[in-house]
Amino acid sequence: MNKLMIWYGELIAPKKLLKRGALFLSPGMLWLIFFLVIPGLVLILVSFAGRGSYGELVWEFGLANYKRLVGYGIFGWTPDYIVILLRSVWVAIVTTGLSVVLSYPLCFFIAKKPERTRYVWLMMVIIPFWTNMVIRTYSWFLILAPEMPLAKLAAYFKLISPGMALYPSAFAVYLGMISIFLPFVALPLFSSVERMDWALVEAAQDLYSSNVRIFMHAILPQTLPGLSVGIILTFVPAMGMFVVPDLLGGAKYMLVGNLIEQQFGTSRDWAFGAAISMALMALTLFSLYLYRKKNKDIDLL
Amino acid sequence: MKKIKLLVNAMALGTMAFLYLPLMAVAFFSVNNTKYGLVWKGFTLKWYIQLLHNEAILHIALNTLILAVVSTIISTILGTALAIGMGRFPWPGKMNTILDLILHLPVIIPDIILAAALVIAFGLLRSLSSVFEPGLICMIISHITFQVAFVALVVRSRLISIGKDIEEAARDLYASTSYLLWKITLPLLLPGIIAGAMLAFTLSLDDFVISFFTAGPDSVTLPLYIFAAVRRVVTPQIHALATIVLFVTVILVFTMERFTRKKDIQ
Repeated sequence: MNKLMIWYGELIAPKKLLKRGALFLSPGMLWLIFFLVIPGLVLILVSFAGRGSYGELVWEFGLANYKRLVGYGIFGWTPDYIVILLRSVWVAIVTTGLSVVLSYPLCFFIAKKPERTRYVWLMMVIIPFWTNMVIRTYSWFLILAPEMPLAKLAAYFKLISPGMALYPSAFAVYLGMISIFLPFVALPLFSSVERMDWALVEAAQDLYSSNVRIFMHAILPQTLPGLSVGIILTFVPAMGMFVVPDLLGGAKYMLVGNLIEQQFGTSRDWAFGAAISMALMALTLFSLYLYRKKNKDIDLL
Repeated sequence: MKKIKLLVNAMALGTMAFLYLPLMAVAFFSVNNTKYGLVWKGFTLKWYIQLLHNEAILHIALNTLILAVVSTIISTILGTALAIGMGRFPWPGKMNTILDLILHLPVIIPDIILAAALVIAFGLLRSLSSVFEPGLICMIISHITFQVAFVALVVRSRLISIGKDIEEAARDLYASTSYLLWKITLPLLLPGIIAGAMLAFTLSLDDFVISFFTAGPDSVTLPLYIFAAVRRVVTPQIHALATIVLFVTVILVFTMERFTRKKDIQ
């Protein structure tokens, strides 16, 4: 190791060079290890611990929290928690799917605009992307209020009783989720659509291929890189979402995010909260793994 | 073919309306001259004026700003050093993989899990020092934790794009290590550092979940305040506050775009 090497035009011993590198690296890395890696490991540990009668942690390790999560309680087996977990996955799938369906026309529309106005339209998608989630969620209160046309229409068709708002409901949760995550799909997708070669689409049209085949063979392969980033950016946070189901779903449509928040808030059961977090983490890693397996050549981040 | 084009345009405009109608409703009802209900009773700015005279809200706005500024400054310094440390030294492959993994953790982990982990960590640290009572310091620490990774990733992509030629040339001309860092590398990185800092700033202003878990009674931020308020009752004052936040967001987005687009031209 005492041999000298040339690094960026400097003749230096590797040991000395790495010492200098460690100097740059260590403050940030130590921060991340101390406040991210270690708390993460503690979270895993705590998920096996117990809860004392005052809500404090009891360091007796066991599988009690996980047993409770899959439904075994003092009163026998209930599917409640499993239903919430599955529902969270389902909501994430629907949100991602519908966001993709809505994003394609939006991206085509913006890409076909002349260069001068294109950036204005693009900004129109970037602004909601950065707007605070709480504001974007509660703003649906106004649209779904009983005085507004949407609720009146629903009352007319006897879907809700007159004078009622359309929230809290599953419908409101989906509306809120899609409106929040749509820009997360549309923006990465647009970077692919913008660079798309439309000649391929025209060639497919000239050869009388159906619209479905044009999409599958001429459009999808070209836009896959942006689409994958968009799907990951949506699916993972959508599963753990807490603000939207809390404000627009209430107790009627709970997701795993609300369940975790409850354990750290009103229930004060950190150990159980940690176990639910582990379940969410497992779901996240599993979906990333499935996705990786299907799209091997795609670099995620 | 024309039919499809029409359909695409209609869907795109419909989607735009879907994104903007709720926000426009908030702005619209923030100048409505009635305290209750959603019926138009004439134009007024009194909700905005009341807001500016509300000391509690000004205090909360100040909290939000302090949190964002302090966490952005610290995370930008840490993140930039981290990016240089990772990108400019011959680390063995295995160590690079581990560093890379740690750096990507805050990006991949759902924020509610990070929040949960930090709540427990602060809870345990509290027995050592009262610094870790829920409050502004805990919030700053938490925000830095997710910001560092984003800053480092942005700066590192800039580091890769500037290549090694200029720095090698400087070395050939006998630049010392510190001269190289301060006069060559950092100025070249500046657009990336600014972009990273602005990203960190916006992420902090935008954050709800992590603040919600780590805040104390005296360290409420604007998103937390709005959340707590709309859970009780929605008032035109909240609409006015939301509209102001919205307006600030638009300004931030425009300046951020300016920076990133200028970088592309260079």
